[in-house]
Amino acid sequence: MIRTRALARSFRSGKHTVEAVRGVDLDVAEGELVALLGPNGAGKTTLLRMLTTLLPPTAGAATVAGYDVRTDAARVRARIGVVGQGHGLGESQRARDELLTQARLYGVGRREARARADELLEMLELTGVADRGTPSLSGGQKRRLDIALGLVHRPRMLFLDEPSTGLDPQSRANLWGHVARLRAEHGTTVLVTTHYLDEADGHAERAVVVDHGTVIADGTPDALKGQVPGDRVTLDDVFLNLTGRSLREGE
Amino acid sequence: MSAATTERNTQDPGAVRPSAVRDVLAVWNRQARPLVRNPLAVVFGMAQPLLYLALFAPLLTGLGGPEGQDPWQWFVPGLLVMLALFTCGFAGFGLLPEIASGAHERMLATPASRTSLLLGRVVQDVALMLVQSVLVLLLVLPLGFRAPLPETVLGLALLAVLGAVLATLSYVVALATRQTYVFAPVLQTVVMPLMLLSGVLLPMDLAPGWLYTLSRLNPLAHVVDAERALFAGQWGTDVAVGWVVALVLLVLSLVLGARMMRRGAS
Ligand SMILES: Nc1ncnc2c1ncn2[C@@H]1O[C@H](COP(=O)(O)OP(=O)(O)O)[C@@H](O)[C@H]1O
Ligand SMILES: [Mg+2]
Repeated sequence: MIRTRALARSFRSGKHTVEAVRGVDLDVAEGELVALLGPNGAGKTTLLRMLTTLLPPTAGAATVAGYDVRTDAARVRARIGVVGQGHGLGESQRARDELLTQARLYGVGRREARARADELLEMLELTGVADRGTPSLSGGQKRRLDIALGLVHRPRMLFLDEPSTGLDPQSRANLWGHVARLRAEHGTTVLVTTHYLDEADGHAERAVVVDHGTVIADGTPDALKGQVPGDRVTLDDVFLNLTGRSLREGE
Repeated sequence: MSAATTERNTQDPGAVRPSAVRDVLAVWNRQARPLVRNPLAVVFGMAQPLLYLALFAPLLTGLGGPEGQDPWQWFVPGLLVMLALFTCGFAGFGLLPEIASGAHERMLATPASRTSLLLGRVVQDVALMLVQSVLVLLLVLPLGFRAPLPETVLGLALLAVLGAVLATLSYVVALATRQTYVFAPVLQTVVMPLMLLSGVLLPMDLAPGWLYTLSRLNPLAHVVDAERALFAGQWGTDVAVGWVVALVLLVLSLVLGARMMRRGAS
């Protein structure tokens, strides 16, 4: 579903060049649920924005859903769902209306768009707030609506950038439950980023840890934890072991 | 039809190709919805021009030229241009929070063409401005303003072209600045001289030579002249020049706007 080779992106700001992603090789098979883990600034968002055609790479290559992100961006876009890091909701829009517009932009017919919106509102427990303005939704509801927006066209691949940031533990667990269900019921391939390393535990079967723009570990959460001696090892310990830095230091 | 679409969707959602017209309509629809739900906002958006109409236009009565003899007939065509400047020129303010929140990027990630995403917004801004213009005309007709139908239609069409130019350029500036605190002063710096040098408020004939020359370099001034000529029933060079200026600007701004949108977010 995803294949990148030496994918890189740097940003120039004045005299400085920030190498946000440096040479990432990543393969994700159809149907996988992969968690992309790393501290703030690791390059997760930049990597996702390249894979979702929002940002051209400065070097390397990537294909998503069988198409090159550079030369076949429109075909990639039609086949993936994208949930960005911020809330992608219009301030003066109602929840259902945003879903309808989004469906139309993906080329879904009018009648089907309405059915699809209702279905997603139901699935993500948003039916009760469907006709409310988006600013009045809770954090968890907004995030679930973001996810619904990414699913209107039944994409086979979904990208989620920090979907759980800012949510309370209960909403967070609820959100992961939805993602897991999506995958179990529809076989959707999911790539989800988070800077809460331990979130991947128990939810994702594969964790890819990035730091300073490169992949520093890739495997099942259990295999990664097996590399660190001791019991009750967490993914935070794995990160500490790999980098000599604790993720908690900066917080 | 729905069976075929559904089948195609489950096999390969990418097989359904969006059309430019549908994309423009979808975005227009989205942008229009809040105003349809709350029509009063249409009137709030025209507060500034209405204040000029009520509190400034009557001052003209004391002046000697055509503006003094028939203040409504002289002032209202220019007021319509002012309306285009405020409603369409400030359109970028609506995009800024969507750039900040990620809603804009969410739409950039869809297969809809980026030019369509821009045009849908511009169409709504122009539509709003036309509704406001008609409201102004309805307001001044009982006061003795003369608006013969063919001239009015042509005048509003010219206004729509100008509005599309202003809205597009406003989005270009919003996409370039991205932050409200940069966008707002940039816009103010451009809009105020454009308005003062357009001859909307007072005839530029009153200006000293250098100021008059400056005003001739302002495209808005030519559209104001064309609108005044039209509503006075004078079909002549003023009308032709106004249209040519507006159409040339339309092409240039759309090329620039499309390029800016395609560059996307970075
Ligand atoms: N548009 C941008 N312009 C300049 N620098 C950027 C931009 N986007 C990201 N960066 C920089 O790239 C690095 C990686 O950022 P990001 O991909 O957002 O990390 P993460 O999502 O893992 O927190 C950071 O140092 C960040 O400041
Ligand atoms: Mg990020």
